Amino acid sequence: MLNYIIRRIFQSVVVLLIVGLVAFSMFRFVGDPIDNMLGQERTQADIERLRAQLGLDQPFPVQYWRFLENAVQGNFGVSYRQGRPVAEIIAERAPATLELAAVSGLFAIVIGIVLGVFTAIRRDGWASNVIMTGSLIGVSLPTFLIGILLIYVFSVELDLLPSFGRGDVVDVGGWSTGFLTASGLKALVLPAITLGLYQMTLIMRLVRAEMLEVLRQDYINFARARGLSERVVNFRHALKNTLVPVITVTGLQLGSIIAFAIITETVFQWPGVGLLFINAIQFVDIPVMAAYLMLISVMFVGINLLVDLLYVAIDPRLRGEGNTT
Amino acid sequence: MAPRACAGHPMSAILDIANLTVEFPTRREVFVAVDGASLTVEPGEIHGLVGESGAGKSTIGAAVMALLERPGRIAGGTIRLKNEIISGLDRAAMRSLRGSEISMIFQDPLTSLNPLFTIREQLTETITTHLSLTDAEAHERAHDLLARVGIPEPEIRLDQYPHQFSGGMRQRVVIALALCSEPDVIIADEPTTALDVSIQAQILDLIRELANERQVGVILITHDMGVIADTTDRVTVMYQGKVVETGATRLVLGKPSHPYTKSLIAAVPRPNVKLHRFPLISYGGRATEFRISDLARNWNKADTDSAKPLFEISGLTKRFLQKRSFIPSRRQYLVAVNNVSFDIRQGEVFGIVGESGSGKSTVARMIAGLYRADGGTILYGGQRVTGSGSLAWYRRQIQMIFQDPYSSLNPRMRVDAIVAEPALHHRLLSGKALRHRVDELLEHVGLGAAAGFKYPHEFSGGQRQRISIARALATQPKFLICDEPTSALDVSIQAQILNILKDLQEHLSLTMLFISHDLPVVRQMCDRVAVMQNGRLVEIQDAEALFAAPREDYTRSLLNLMPRLDGLATEGIEDQVEA
Repeated sequence: MLNYIIRRIFQSVVVLLIVGLVAFSMFRFVGDPIDNMLGQERTQADIERLRAQLGLDQPFPVQYWRFLENAVQGNFGVSYRQGRPVAEIIAERAPATLELAAVSGLFAIVIGIVLGVFTAIRRDGWASNVIMTGSLIGVSLPTFLIGILLIYVFSVELDLLPSFGRGDVVDVGGWSTGFLTASGLKALVLPAITLGLYQMTLIMRLVRAEMLEVLRQDYINFARARGLSERVVNFRHALKNTLVPVITVTGLQLGSIIAFAIITETVFQWPGVGLLFINAIQFVDIPVMAAYLMLISVMFVGINLLVDLLYVAIDPRLRGEGNTT
Repeated sequence: MAPRACAGHPMSAILDIANLTVEFPTRREVFVAVDGASLTVEPGEIHGLVGESGAGKSTIGAAVMALLERPGRIAGGTIRLKNEIISGLDRAAMRSLRGSEISMIFQDPLTSLNPLFTIREQLTETITTHLSLTDAEAHERAHDLLARVGIPEPEIRLDQYPHQFSGGMRQRVVIALALCSEPDVIIADEPTTALDVSIQAQILDLIRELANERQVGVILITHDMGVIADTTDRVTVMYQGKVVETGATRLVLGKPSHPYTKSLIAAVPRPNVKLHRFPLISYGGRATEFRISDLARNWNKADTDSAKPLFEISGLTKRFLQKRSFIPSRRQYLVAVNNVSFDIRQGEVFGIVGESGSGKSTVARMIAGLYRADGGTILYGGQRVTGSGSLAWYRRQIQMIFQDPYSSLNPRMRVDAIVAEPALHHRLLSGKALRHRVDELLEHVGLGAAAGFKYPHEFSGGQRQRISIARALATQPKFLICDEPTSALDVSIQAQILNILKDLQEHLSLTMLFISHDLPVVRQMCDRVAVMQNGRLVEIQDAEALFAAPREDYTRSLLNLMPRLDGLATEGIEDQVEA
């Protein structure tokens, strides 16, 4: 077991190194940051000096090595645009994105599984048909459109919820949270639904399909033949077997919730890392872009590691002691 | 013809099914799966329910349990348990009977246990559903049940998961689960079909013991006449939803009165005599004979120089990696085939028998080139076919027929494309000639050329196996590998397929490798037989000599496990017995 975890972590590090290399090599093509940093009145000497100061005159492998060296120590350099340490900027912005992602992830998983199980058990009921049809809308509408629709209905027409920003935030040990104020919570609702709706419908359809498959299995029939109640059969025996494939997809989806919060953050003017990234691209702010990409890949890799461990927790067949006697 | 009167006393019956009719309404018509069937089960009795697939025997079991698949419904008749009518009870009342008064054992022990829960969890959950016991008492009972069904070290086994048990052990767990609250009736639906012969005997013994000891009434649903003959007290024979005959097992099997029962019994492969051909079930006019003669005319026959062996196999070894490791010495291997050597002569049917896990299929796969051997050589007509080099010439001459007729045909391909594919792949024929070959082959296996326009799902299991045979013949091979070709089929269909294979072998002078765990079938088919156990070759003998006088102890024990069919009627097979 320990062996397995160590191997997985080792693999994760390799993945991170490769992602870093790919991301880093791409930055050489997005433009020259020096152009943006110095004004019109620059001399060749100024350019050379700044280039040397930023280490951009070094060969590419040396730049990458330095980046890694610093990154391991939590130092992602200084933003070219804002002139402040990148780590500080990201730490400031990350809570907004993480809170949004957590709430919409929770929304997607809980509602997705509940609806998925419901539509699988009541396969031919009218309610299931309504839900299944409704879910098609969730899958086919683009995120920004859903955001705008929600803003129109709940902010403009009904005036129930705010249309932008995080509301009031409270600072808890350097982490600014919106969970503790009423306006903060209200502000979370629309962006969270917007961000999670697609994942929710996806999880729901997946759970439904898996559950229908599991309900056809012999062990479900045998559980019924032993006189176990429908509740035990559906929610104990069937649901647990449904979860294994669902976890894979859900894990990847959670990663993408964080990574693709950019659109939602733009629509709702949410002060998260997604907005930060968009601005960084416009200004060729390489340190911020590099740090953001590394952050996202750390999260993806971390979630995948977690998914693999969850597999083992759920399915005893993967625990390696497969000796049949 | 009227069913025989029951031999017992109907008043003491614990389960009494009278005139049961089960319907499955579909959009177009109502399909009657069970049509006015009656049978009774007494305490301590094992009542066999036999018939071919589609006869409705499993549907009776499901109807008693009230677990009919939608949209099935009981359309008539009554089911009484201990003189109380239980057909038509509501769902809650039925659920309280299930598992407590009536239990069920399913066919495949590998899939009837939930893989994600320990044996203890599954047992105690069932126990506490039916009996009001404390947790400690429930655990105690779970422990006793495992011990009772013959699982050693129950204390350790309780906390293991199903995948840590072998097939036979899992079926014991399933039986323990069925016994959780002392049921009066157990319905066993093909409980040993998925198991090896030796395990099958143990499980049937266990069921027999339980029936005697606890006075449980058992309905044993099976298609296997051997199981019926060995285990049951009474038997009911079903055909297309109707009961055709019922009575004491010895009487029904020894002196069948209904023509269907007669032909069914005639089609059972006998362990004690070798027949030239299998008698086909003639009842209902379903038998389609196979016409071989035209096919033989334009067949490139092998030169029948039978002095030289077609295959010389020596030291064949295959191992599978079981535990990975960076360090080679810490890797663990399962040696599936261990230093096996034998020859296959020109024109013979060479059989390999053994229990599951003995390596017989692995040998076939290595010969077919599907697995690469880890050691040893295979010479085909003197030429080496293991190792590197192009084997296209060799693959054209050997073809394979697989066990499962459902998964061995691509469901998205039309039958004519399936049959044409091997010839097309080897660029043997094209255009009109190819179409002609395909039509001819389909005609010869008794399906008719029109079958080419259909898709595999439109055919039954036996018909699909005929398609497999047609496909295997498309390249005019010299050697056929048949890996359990009939074990998924009904006995009458099995007889047809085996007859086809026999004819092919005779008329086209094909050489065949025939793999099976079914010893009577092997006796009927093979000229020489190799016995395998745990990857090793135990012995090779001429088939008749092997069955008459096995040399090794293991072979003897295998032969002893064959169902004894001495009591079976011999009507219809006398003229087929080979001298």
